[in-house]
Amino acid sequence: MSVLQDLLREYLPILVFLAVAVVIAIALAASAILIAVRNPDPEKVSAYECGFNAFDDARMKFDIRFYLVSILFIIFDLEIAFLFPWATAFKDISMVGFWSMMIFLGVLTIGFAYEWKKGALEWE
Amino acid sequence: MEPNLQADLAVILPEIVLALFAMAALIGAVYTKKDALAPVLVWLTAAVMAVLAVYVGAVESGTHMAFGGIFIDDDFSRFAKFTILIAAAVVLIMSQEYMSKHGLLRFEYPVLICLAAVGMMVMVSAGDLMTLYMGLELQSLALYVVAALRRDSIKSTEAGLKYFVLGALSSGLLLFGASLVYGYSGTTLFSGIIQTTQDGVSIGMLFGVVLVISGLAFKVSAVPFHMWTPDVYEGSPTPVTAFFATAPKMAAMALFARVLYDAFGGAVGDWQQVLVLLSVASMLLGSIAAIGQTDIKRLMAYSSIAHMGYALMGLAAGTEAGVEAMLVYLAIYVTMNVGAFAFILSLERDGQPVTDIKAMGGMGARDPAKAMAMLILLFSMGGVPPMLGFFAKFAVFTAAIESGLYWLTVIAAISSVIGLFYYLRLVYIMYFGEEAEELDHRTQPVLWGFLMVSAAAMVLGVFNMFGVDTAAAAAAATLVH
Repeated sequence: MSVLQDLLREYLPILVFLAVAVVIAIALAASAILIAVRNPDPEKVSAYECGFNAFDDARMKFDIRFYLVSILFIIFDLEIAFLFPWATAFKDISMVGFWSMMIFLGVLTIGFAYEWKKGALEWE
Repeated sequence: MEPNLQADLAVILPEIVLALFAMAALIGAVYTKKDALAPVLVWLTAAVMAVLAVYVGAVESGTHMAFGGIFIDDDFSRFAKFTILIAAAVVLIMSQEYMSKHGLLRFEYPVLICLAAVGMMVMVSAGDLMTLYMGLELQSLALYVVAALRRDSIKSTEAGLKYFVLGALSSGLLLFGASLVYGYSGTTLFSGIIQTTQDGVSIGMLFGVVLVISGLAFKVSAVPFHMWTPDVYEGSPTPVTAFFATAPKMAAMALFARVLYDAFGGAVGDWQQVLVLLSVASMLLGSIAAIGQTDIKRLMAYSSIAHMGYALMGLAAGTEAGVEAMLVYLAIYVTMNVGAFAFILSLERDGQPVTDIKAMGGMGARDPAKAMAMLILLFSMGGVPPMLGFFAKFAVFTAAIESGLYWLTVIAAISSVIGLFYYLRLVYIMYFGEEAEELDHRTQPVLWGFLMVSAAAMVLGVFNMFGVDTAAAAAAATLVH
């Protein structure tokens, strides 16, 4: 049981952090409600766009390809996130660790080859 | 190299083969004839799955742990894997003609089904919270995509999106629970967790267990985590719905049992009441809400919710007999659903799929063989005595009574009578209902074959369950010590 107690004690800073975060969040939101002077008029609540009237609604349609590109980016972003700890621990990991990463990269490459051939990288 | 790596890899051989096949198929198809290759790929995938099912079912034996216990290969996981692989292969074969006729047969479809199957196989073999989550996500991500396969249909994209958003929410619940369980036990290994829960669970651990159960309840579509089911069933292309109703249900229930017994087996009293609640709510809602449905796919969705309630009842019993009853129930449920969806897939008028239940009017006179097969399946789903479905229900009821869950059994009996109403109404429409506009006469031989085999199994299974009961008993014995 004491092992568990020690383990939980290691998480104490997180508990403190959570408590601080909750207090700050509530304090900021509450102070805006309690302290701020509220005197709205149509000009104040309208959208601000560099001094002239807004051109159109902010909820416009986006080209789906933006999402596609960002999703493809995330895949390689994650790959790097995996590669960094692997590379720094390279001396200590066994051949199993090395080949595991190679297989992971291979699977990613298959996905990349698929999306390339499928035309996901072409803008037109 | 570690000395036991070879042994570890031998344990996960079926998963490796299927994953490699999926990747090879993806690259092979995209660099050659693309969608023109899809029909061949469907048959090839089904063949690979069938071979692996035979390998899993007949060649492997004993209990093996791989990678330090995070992957378990035993009778229980093999029972589930066999059912999953056969169900996936059958649904693939059933879907081939429908999908190509409606321009949905892209080569990604068999590949995604294949990857979902890999995910399910990992799920049922999980021995660690990490393996559990990895398998679950691999399965779910593939399923989100196939739900939205009909990209130009609003309903199909809605189904995919709804499934994805709610699925992500349930994964979040599950992960939150898993992190609490890890925090209070200090390990993610099931064999380690069960040691810390041996003498009672702390309140924090209990929160973790309940959150994990909630996440899993979403995957088996148990009430109150069922809200996605009718919309996803209705919106997805029908073969995809057939897939949702079979293999993933088996996988998620098997995973459910695995987590509850392998990780929290020492705290049966703590999770039993949660499962009883899920079970009661699923049975009642599934039975009552289905009465108002006119779309047969939505009706099947509520039917599956109710069936999951009965299967959960076996799990709630908390005994070996309960797990055995649950496995038998699921195997029968999957067989019934394959037949029922073969029937639904064959409902067409002028080449267009029909899902309104009124369209079946007059079928008893026009196509007696098909109507009779469906009648047998509907009786079986409702639990009418001579059919196999009755014995499935009987087994879970017995297990629940033996555990002293009397009032749960009473509610189950009441809800199965309520549920019988809408199954019998379909029979009524087929035989005595108002004559509907005539449906296409031709039934694809494949669908006709699966419908007849499934209906025959519901009758013949009464004499001999084809070894399912003995396999389930062995599987339950390895899980519950």
